Amino acid sequence: MQVRNRLLAAAASLPLLLWLTGCGHKKLPPPPPPAPVAAAPLPTASISADPTAIQRGQSSTLTWTSTNAVSVTLNGARVDLNGSQQVSPTDSTDYELVATNSDGKTADSSVRVTVTQPPPPPPPPAPTVVPLSERFQQNIHDAFFDFDKWNIRGDAQQALEGDADWLKQNPEVNIIIEGHCDARGSAEYNMGLGDRRANAARKYLVALGVDASRIRTISYGKERPFCTEATSECYQQNRRAHIVMQTSGGGSSQ
Amino acid sequence: MRFQALKLSVGMAFLLAGWCAGPLFAQSQLTINITGFKKYRLAQPAFVAPAGNPQAASLAEAFNQTLWNDLNQSGLVIMVSRSLYPQATPAQPQDLNGGAMAAWSNPPAQAQRLVFGNLAVGNNVLQIEGYLYDLTQPSSPYMLGKRYSGPPTAPEARLMAHEFADAIIAALGGGQGIAGTHIAYISNRSGHKEVWLMDYDGTNKRQITHLNSICYSPRISPGGNRIAFISNRSGTWQIWIYSLLTNRYLYFPHFNGFIATPAWSPDGTKLAFSADLDHSGNPEIYVINANGSGLHRLTYSHSVNIAPVWNPKTGAQIAFESDRTGLPQIYIMDADGANQQVLTTSGYAVSPSWSPNGQVLAFSWRRTGGGENNGGAYDIYLMDLASRNFVQLTHNGLRNDYPSWAPDGRHVVFTSGRPGHWQLFTILADGSNPAEISRRGSNQMPNWSSH
Repeated sequence: MQVRNRLLAAAASLPLLLWLTGCGHKKLPPPPPPAPVAAAPLPTASISADPTAIQRGQSSTLTWTSTNAVSVTLNGARVDLNGSQQVSPTDSTDYELVATNSDGKTADSSVRVTVTQPPPPPPPPAPTVVPLSERFQQNIHDAFFDFDKWNIRGDAQQALEGDADWLKQNPEVNIIIEGHCDARGSAEYNMGLGDRRANAARKYLVALGVDASRIRTISYGKERPFCTEATSECYQQNRRAHIVMQTSGGGSSQ
Repeated sequence: MRFQALKLSVGMAFLLAGWCAGPLFAQSQLTINITGFKKYRLAQPAFVAPAGNPQAASLAEAFNQTLWNDLNQSGLVIMVSRSLYPQATPAQPQDLNGGAMAAWSNPPAQAQRLVFGNLAVGNNVLQIEGYLYDLTQPSSPYMLGKRYSGPPTAPEARLMAHEFADAIIAALGGGQGIAGTHIAYISNRSGHKEVWLMDYDGTNKRQITHLNSICYSPRISPGGNRIAFISNRSGTWQIWIYSLLTNRYLYFPHFNGFIATPAWSPDGTKLAFSADLDHSGNPEIYVINANGSGLHRLTYSHSVNIAPVWNPKTGAQIAFESDRTGLPQIYIMDADGANQQVLTTSGYAVSPSWSPNGQVLAFSWRRTGGGENNGGAYDIYLMDLASRNFVQLTHNGLRNDYPSWAPDGRHVVFTSGRPGHWQLFTILADGSNPAEISRRGSNQMPNWSSH
């Protein structure tokens, strides 16, 4: 709050004026002492804000008081001598209260309402971008086979139906179906068996509406087992049509 | 290198005899006599090297070991143990004058044939003289004399031993020997399954391909200049042909679809192979000219048809394996695809190899069980095509696969072991003289060269 007093300069100029007017009239009786001037009491002004810091969009209450004033302005606009007002500035703002008394003497007081930026709105949950390869892994399932068989059994039908749905929803994805066999039997013969399995899975997907041109097949026979123990569980793991995404170069991603 | 050459033309000394074992047996048995004559007792004392010459001693050792092994593996002779030999070792024919020869034919050696000779190193030349004597004809025992010379290196000494061994085998009536032949095979020794080549006795192993991929099914062309095989080097399985003359890959067309198991026709102008070119899931047998022209299909069985092999005698038939009735079985057909006949009707039979005389198929067979849990033994069998009689060649309880006949019709090389731990063995067709010829890494799919 700032209070300015401009009365001093006005009072000091009075004797000089009186001395100038008295010259050249020696014979005149001394003038009567000037009538004492009844100076109006000096005004006071006081303004406060509550709160003094707001976030944009919030409001603050300005409260002001004045004494000995005949008029009061707030940032140039006439307001009550005492009062309060809600403000909601968008940026930090100084509010200046000026009180004027009947002599035109003024007093002023100001307060600053600081506006802070509201915190950024909680970011909308970022749309999670799952890489295509990851979605492929999540949605595409291999087909498994019985010993020395290549027919699509029940669980493989279910897997391939899910695969076909996903592939139809993702027409940009081309696939390679790898035919795999367990460790038993002859490696050369198993190359042929792997071709049968890969193409059995391919035919099934094509029958479900997947474009044949999107599917390549390759047999790995027993060359790339998924597990290497001599157990029936492990053998089952290795008898499969394994579906991988074609990379742009046309190769398979292992 | 050869100063003296005696050329013999002897027919295949390979006889088959089949008979019925009795009505209780579904299939009769086959006995195989690989010589057609009683095996000779043969003595081979070490060739005499000059004393105090370490280089000559080491070359003599390479020569003597190789010659002994070649003769021992030939199946034509019984090698008389060196512990039974007379003390005096002949280096020259005159060393057998007097009573020296009788010391070899009398007990305890009782040798009927004697191989002896000497070895000299001078002027950076290795020279070897060798003789074959028939001790049963003391008045005229000389059968063969040879002199070889060449660089004084161990490989050269082994080569001389191979040549002399083949000369002895021919002189004994065994026809053209195999001591100079090679075996192509797949080894993972380098970290990848590559095509390798070795001498028939397991020496001189060298890596042929460096494709850093998977190679399968190497087949040496008749004449031995080319090796056909498959590799997935290009991202798909393709047939590759490597020239051993130029050490380069030869042109062969690439196909879109499954490709496997190439097989040379006996004249080397054509290849049979298995392919699924219409993506039907049915690999069928095709034939193509070695230059890539003239592709045509032989089988239409809607099943796996793979591992073709030509009748090397006639070129008029092809044996192969097919799972058209379930588990794979051995079939034969005419070279145009007609007259398809099944040879095995039970178990799991794969990997046919046709004997050089066209009469016997070797293959791998698990005779019993078709179920998943019968992981059992797979053994090498021989089947006489005329009688369909067969005999079991291996009895080791392991998995035995990929038999391949040697050009002498007496030997078979095959793979034995367990998944991932395969080694190569040679064996005589009568089941004798099994010999392990690979050690390092996992080795499989051997293919024996022609002469």
